[in-house]
Amino acid sequence: MRHVLNFFIFIFFLLISVSAYSNDTIQEFIENNHKLIAKSSSKTVDPILNDIKKYNQDDVKKFLILWKSKELSIIKDSSLIVYTEKNEDTIIAYDIFQNNEIGKFTKKQLKSIKPNSGVRSKIDSALVEYQILDEDINVRRESLQSLKRDIQKTHLKILRKAYENEVDINFREEIYKVLNFAILKFSKSEQEKLDVLSYFSNDTSLEVRASLNNLLNTSDILLTNNKKITGNIARKIVPNKTYKKNDGTSNYILSSYSSNKPELTYNDAYDLLSINKKVLPRITKKIIKDSLVLNIEILKNAGFNINSLNNDLNRLDAYNYLASINVVPPFITKEEIKSSVDKFTFYTEYNEISSQVTNKTKETLKNINFRVNIYRYIDLFVDGISLSSIYFLGAIGLAITFGVMRVINMAHGEFIMMGAYTGYVVQQYIPNHTISILIALPLAFIITFGAGILLERLVIRHLYKNPLDTLLATFGISIALQQLAKNIFGTQARPLTAPSWLDGALSINDDLSISYIRIAIILMGLLFLLLLLFIMNRTRLGLEIRAVTQNPIMASNMGINPDRINMLTFGFGSAIAGIAGVAIGLFSKVTSELGTEYIVQSFMTVVVGGVGNIFGTLAGAALIGFLQKIIEWFNPSNTLAAQTYMIIFIILFIQFRPRGIFALKGRVKDV
Amino acid sequence: MFNSLLKDTNHRQVLFFCITIILFSFIITLLSDLFSVNFISTSFIKTLGKTLCLCVIALAMDVVWGYCGILSLGHFAFFGLGGYMIGMWLMYKRTEIIVLTASISESLPLTPQEISDAIGNQIFGVVGGSEIPLIWANADNLYFQLAMVVFIPGFLAFVFGWLAFRSRVTGVYLSILTQAMTLALSLYLFQNDSGLRGNNGLSGLQNIPGYDDTSQSVISIYFFWASALFLILVFIFFFYLVNSKFGSIITAIRDDETRIRFLGYHVESYKLFVFVLTAVISALAGALYYPQAGIINPAEIAPIASIYLAVWVAIGGRGNLYGAIIGAASVSLISSWFTSGQAPSISLIFYKIEWVNWWTVILGLGFVVVTLISRDGIFGFLKRIFIRKV
Repeated sequence: MRHVLNFFIFIFFLLISVSAYSNDTIQEFIENNHKLIAKSSSKTVDPILNDIKKYNQDDVKKFLILWKSKELSIIKDSSLIVYTEKNEDTIIAYDIFQNNEIGKFTKKQLKSIKPNSGVRSKIDSALVEYQILDEDINVRRESLQSLKRDIQKTHLKILRKAYENEVDINFREEIYKVLNFAILKFSKSEQEKLDVLSYFSNDTSLEVRASLNNLLNTSDILLTNNKKITGNIARKIVPNKTYKKNDGTSNYILSSYSSNKPELTYNDAYDLLSINKKVLPRITKKIIKDSLVLNIEILKNAGFNINSLNNDLNRLDAYNYLASINVVPPFITKEEIKSSVDKFTFYTEYNEISSQVTNKTKETLKNINFRVNIYRYIDLFVDGISLSSIYFLGAIGLAITFGVMRVINMAHGEFIMMGAYTGYVVQQYIPNHTISILIALPLAFIITFGAGILLERLVIRHLYKNPLDTLLATFGISIALQQLAKNIFGTQARPLTAPSWLDGALSINDDLSISYIRIAIILMGLLFLLLLLFIMNRTRLGLEIRAVTQNPIMASNMGINPDRINMLTFGFGSAIAGIAGVAIGLFSKVTSELGTEYIVQSFMTVVVGGVGNIFGTLAGAALIGFLQKIIEWFNPSNTLAAQTYMIIFIILFIQFRPRGIFALKGRVKDV
Repeated sequence: MFNSLLKDTNHRQVLFFCITIILFSFIITLLSDLFSVNFISTSFIKTLGKTLCLCVIALAMDVVWGYCGILSLGHFAFFGLGGYMIGMWLMYKRTEIIVLTASISESLPLTPQEISDAIGNQIFGVVGGSEIPLIWANADNLYFQLAMVVFIPGFLAFVFGWLAFRSRVTGVYLSILTQAMTLALSLYLFQNDSGLRGNNGLSGLQNIPGYDDTSQSVISIYFFWASALFLILVFIFFFYLVNSKFGSIITAIRDDETRIRFLGYHVESYKLFVFVLTAVISALAGALYYPQAGIINPAEIAPIASIYLAVWVAIGGRGNLYGAIIGAASVSLISSWFTSGQAPSISLIFYKIEWVNWWTVILGLGFVVVTLISRDGIFGFLKRIFIRKV
């Protein structure tokens, strides 16, 4: 009993002391600051958010949430900030904390408080410390997300507390990671930072890399005429000699052909000195010109020929004259600049004080970057495979017609275009993307097969003896088909939308994600390869095609009709182009010029690979696809240059293997 | 002596051609607004002048393809390069004049550095630079740029031809390689940092520096005459070339390369010579063409242009100099007539045929028909009918 009494007394004193500490209530605080709250901006809101923290947690939380969600209003007469609820035409105002009805108002008597997005994000970050300890895990998760975006110094403490209190094991891990970012950013303890760095040593995520790179941030360029410099020096800068490396250190430029440019030139260094008031400002060419123009009368009177001031030497003479009569400050010569600059040492410091931490960060980053590079190589490899698949799809039909019939079909690109447009038209009638693609594929096959057979019967059959004429005639067909497509579908690009299950990507980590469409194309290329191998090696048609390829006369002696085989082969080759067109249309724009984009690459693929061989085409596609990706890798901003260099490479390649990688064996007469 | 010249059919043909072109030029000049007849507009004179240049490149194409059997799809690239080389001088010099004129009002004369900065800003502002690239170092020197008109395309043709011919790349392979070369060149020029203003190309080429006071109608007549004279010169040169022993050898190379090689001729050298020679002549034609066109950009060099060139020559009749000229002149003039929207559209009951849209389709199909029916084009077709009647 007595204990109970004691306890109550204790509580009583405690309450008194608390109320004595905060001698005003939150309500009073809000009333006192109503102007700043009603017209808040992200610049003025900080002191309020700081000061309000001393009040009761639940109250503050409630107030901030209402403020953020734009549910507060201010009564114009009494400047009272209230929570409002709409009731038909009147608005009922409530006290924020006690929920008492204060009165009914019209719209004109109130002014709603609408904080802008800058203020809202500040409120968010102030709310974090309350919400991260909330009972609801979803609120906790949300608050951690908003905290992550902008970690403040005050959050370090909150995060530590949250980490200790957290019960959900998975979420605890997440908090731990964010806590580590906060430690790297704000902790004063060197040892703690070193521990975090070891914890992060295998983590390649972008967040970690950004956080580590922040640790290596350096100050602006500092200068001193003291030979000994102290502090955590990031780099010494020697004018004209050193360049800045990514990790904040510097290195000497070894040759003048190096792509690294010096961080400071003598002029830059001198300008830095003059900004720091160590020397007089440099007299630039522009200053010379301006002073001459300003004092042109003096110069004329002194007998200077204005027309002769058309080069730097004469202008300098004139300026020196002006300096000699004290009209302008004296010119500072190159030697003077150099000697002034050489008296000083230029350097930068890391913002992080501890050299142990920065060294370990450098080391950790090096390890992480090594891993990241491996992921990038894998990414490049997958990219290369998918580009190769595209080239393979585009070229394989051509390889069949060219290989079997020695016929160059310049309209091949237009068959690809035809397939893509078939896909587009089908999608106009069948809105379901999956079904429409499944219908478009065989339909494109049938249409281009028919078109191919038509072309063979009408034109190509008559020109077998002269491949160059076939080239020309199919040019004509290509021009006509392209214009025809333009007339029908217009010049703007038409969409051929991939099914939604092909959207998105297989994301392995921040550096390696493979889009499903790339995987689909790779699979499609593989499917085509197997299908063709099957047809060519396991079917009657394939047998006959091979026979005609090797020796048409002998084949016809054995009862094969070469004419029929030629027709079927041409139709087959065209049909494959049509199917490839549907696939290509899925990821590139469907225009009448779609074919021309692929035709040269397709020919290159066939020529490089070697005529008349499926594996040759595969090898050609792989070579060209990977080559292009690798060249792009070195110069990512410039795909045009990549294509240029690739074509030059191919022209040179043909020098060494004029018949391609897989040359047809035997004595083949020149086509 | 003149009489004996005329007795030879060859000489008579050449004379006939020269007289035709000169007469044609005189008539056009008389009808132009130079003599206030105003029957032919300046822009049409320019079109005619450009057509004459296209005839020149068609002649070159005919020699390399019709006579020597090399279906080059790269000659329009040489044509464009020639245009670029002369365009550099035209653009640089004109900008320099503008900059110097503007500087008169300033109180101090400009230093050489300031002049080149201002020119660089004017020319390369559109591609986000102001520095004058190294390849423009001598752009203010007309003779240097004229030498470049010959040298750059010639050198490119030499390197490419040497590589291609020495590894015995022939037939369709060679055609595709030349097309690849053209594509590579145009893609390269499309880049902003190619130093030739990327896809903006060079513009304002119709303004000849130093002739600012001369009106465009006069300048267009000058260029028209220059093109006509150049066509005559090239025709005479090629005519005697293909009718000489050299001509017989290259024709034989076209018909059976292996046999000529076994007869002891160095086939590759002959082919290389013809390839480089025709490339240089194409480049010169381009250098005359683009000051009349006024603008050049990488799209002009795109492979399709060279394909059209082959189409002209094939329709006109390859292996015959007249055929190439007829093909180039007729097809390019008719094309520009149809595609400029001047041709009346035909209203069918269910569809309205607009020639702008359908001309290319007809051209393409017509080309197929010519290839199928008459390998030596319209000219050969006419010749056969004529001979049959006799």
